[in-house]
Amino acid sequence: MKLRTILRHFREGAKNIIRNGWMSFASMSSIFISLFILGVFLLLALNVNSMSAQIESQVQIRVFLQLNVEKAKMTELQNKIGNITEVSKVTFVSKAEGLELLRKNLGEENKELLDGYENEENPLPDSFTVEVYDPRSIAQAASQIEAINKADETQPIAKVKYGQGTVETLFKVTNALRIIGIVVVIGLGVTAMFLISNTIKMTIIARRREIGIMKLVGATNSFIRWPFFIEGALIGIISSVITTVIVLVGYSELVQFSQMELSLMMIKLVTVKESGLLTAALIIGLGTLIGIWGSTISIRKYLKV
Amino acid sequence: MIEMQDIWKTYTDGTHALRGVSVRIDRNEFVYLVGPSGAGKSTFMKLIYREEVPTKGQLSVNGFNIGKLKPRKIPFVRRNIGVIFQDFRLLPKLTVYENVAFAMEVIEAPRRIIKKRTMEVLDLVGLKHKHASLPAHLSGGEQQRVSIARAIVNNPSVIVADEPTGNLDPETSLGIMNLLEEINFRGATIIMATHNKDIVNSMRKRVIAIENGNIVRDEARGEYGYEA
Repeated sequence: MKLRTILRHFREGAKNIIRNGWMSFASMSSIFISLFILGVFLLLALNVNSMSAQIESQVQIRVFLQLNVEKAKMTELQNKIGNITEVSKVTFVSKAEGLELLRKNLGEENKELLDGYENEENPLPDSFTVEVYDPRSIAQAASQIEAINKADETQPIAKVKYGQGTVETLFKVTNALRIIGIVVVIGLGVTAMFLISNTIKMTIIARRREIGIMKLVGATNSFIRWPFFIEGALIGIISSVITTVIVLVGYSELVQFSQMELSLMMIKLVTVKESGLLTAALIIGLGTLIGIWGSTISIRKYLKV
Repeated sequence: MIEMQDIWKTYTDGTHALRGVSVRIDRNEFVYLVGPSGAGKSTFMKLIYREEVPTKGQLSVNGFNIGKLKPRKIPFVRRNIGVIFQDFRLLPKLTVYENVAFAMEVIEAPRRIIKKRTMEVLDLVGLKHKHASLPAHLSGGEQQRVSIARAIVNNPSVIVADEPTGNLDPETSLGIMNLLEEINFRGATIIMATHNKDIVNSMRKRVIAIENGNIVRDEARGEYGYEA
């Protein structure tokens, strides 16, 4: 194919969008609506995912020590626990700090319940707060801490707690939410592809007479196909770029607006910076692919004249 | 040059459109194809520009064996054949200029040459001033002249015209016939199917009459021979 013919195909492909104004508009609207819904659900899924991760990361192990453990032993224990591969951070929480924490958790109204338990009267043991890299390995880390305790003849640890049972249920729920998110996004993606390729198919059916005429004049199949191909790709790119801009601008407004409202509920939305690239890549990639795919598939049928 | 030897064409529904047609049409001839509707005239022409394939027999067009032609070679046969239809078959969203130029873009001619030649041909058919119009804004006669311009723009050796005056009034038809004669005079072979008695009788060219899939008459300076 000669360069001037390639240029000609690009020119014709672009011109065809204008020549078939209403049909192009219909295709673009259909792509826009499908991808818009897909984009909204993608952002929803990303947020569910990030919230799940936030909740999961709050899971930690509390290691309560016996009442009579010496300072040196504590340091040794802290080091040993810190050396477990799954563990990211070990924080020592003294009796007094533990009491403070408990008081805080009980809230304003009930805090006097703890009055009179300060200093020597403090019934709480010293403890460690252990955080892990991957929340899913928390049970493993806990059992390793227990193993350290067993290996020590003084048995300095009284109890290892990480919300056994509750944590597993939490993970089941967050996992289910993630899978639902992925399934919905894939489902919408597939639906969008069919919806859009159908619209493009309609525009080409309307033009099969034109294709017949082109063949009569002696146009080769590839000569006929290229402008359609470029037209489809352009329609896909234009409408998916518009969709991306609208979805991301809308979402960034939402993030800004909700920052104050939701921060009180400890919910943090995924920022546009974090989600923008993935959303844009998915929407534009899918839109372009659908445009090309729709026009290529449907034109093949009418080339057999 | 077109040569048919014992050409049969049977459609999938079992109708025999042509039953053993043998004919030879030389360069620069002007041939009228006459006969009742459904006699096989259109099939005869469709075989020439390879819209249909013969069921049996040998067909050679400009040296190509039509029956054995590979599908990807079809466009190259058609580029040497200009086709004109009763219903014009112009691309509705393209301007007059673009419709004619399209046939030249197909053969990958340089833009400068396309422009020059397209305007030249539009001038020949008398539509230079309407080059920017859309087909829908032209009269029937004008649309047919655009389709003729498109058919001749690549200087094909054969023009196949299927009732080109079928939708036109007598005066406009005469203009179209003068144009075809001019093209024939410049060297193209013209094969034209028609039901127009006056045109055939006044021009006195070769007349091939087809009835029921057979050639029943082939006269060098023939007449229409049917009641109009």
